[in-house]
Amino acid sequence: MTIDWAQFSPLSAFSGGLLIGLAAAGFILFHGRIMGVSSILGGLIDSAKGDRIWRLSFIAGLIAAPLLAKLMGFMPSVRIDQSLLGLVFAGLLVGFGTSLGNGCTSGHGVCGIARLSPRSIIATLTFMAFGMLTVWLTHKFQAGA
Amino acid sequence: MIRRISEFFIGLVFGFGLLISGMTDPGKVIGFLDVTGSWDPSLAFVMGGAVLLSFFAFRISRNWTASLMGRVIILSDLKMIDLKLILGSALFGIGWGLSGFCPGPAIVSLATGEIKTLIFVIAMVAGMGLEKTYQRFHQA
Repeated sequence: MTIDWAQFSPLSAFSGGLLIGLAAAGFILFHGRIMGVSSILGGLIDSAKGDRIWRLSFIAGLIAAPLLAKLMGFMPSVRIDQSLLGLVFAGLLVGFGTSLGNGCTSGHGVCGIARLSPRSIIATLTFMAFGMLTVWLTHKFQAGA
Repeated sequence: MIRRISEFFIGLVFGFGLLISGMTDPGKVIGFLDVTGSWDPSLAFVMGGAVLLSFFAFRISRNWTASLMGRVIILSDLKMIDLKLILGSALFGIGWGLSGFCPGPAIVSLATGEIKTLIFVIAMVAGMGLEKTYQRFHQA
């Protein structure tokens, strides 16, 4: 293992993390809900009508953030190496997996760990391990091809 | 109305957090997952900052009967560590490693106008729909 010092950005990472934590804190304190994106989004598919509007308000804010950032002249890079077909496959896996496992990086990885939920700790370790394994295999395959 | 504004505002703060932290850049996420190669540990700091603040919020609200805006507090009451949890998280991890996208950052990245992000989000929602349909037939 070597550290990629050129990309390492602990300060912006931590500041962004604090904002994410602030949002998660606000969601539980003011609204009594877990800020888990996959559950909030997935709930739009199958929840009752009255249970949809809060989800939409939150997601609208999420979409508004980059638009506002653009107006302020701030737009970080988005580097997507994967092919279109690869992204379709990955998207299906992310959607199916987070729905089956009841959470993603925000719900399990941030809120669940903050609640010290054993379920979320196991889930986070699992998706991190499989993410790392996948990247390792991808790079191995690319190097061999 | 005030609730809707608050939820919108929280989504906005979350979105800015994702943008500033680097989570919305799949290249950066893959750099974090690339532990055996050239590793960028930055995203561990994202999680550190996020867990730090939310930890106190969950502590404070632990014995509350309602939120500050008077809503019932809904936490997951699932306790089981079962195959669904492990399999679901594993599949999510594979998709995350292939694309560098998890659900929140994928939605935020829609604003880049890139067709690839849109395709990913559509596939992700389809995946969620598939799982819910599967569960419904499985239970029936």
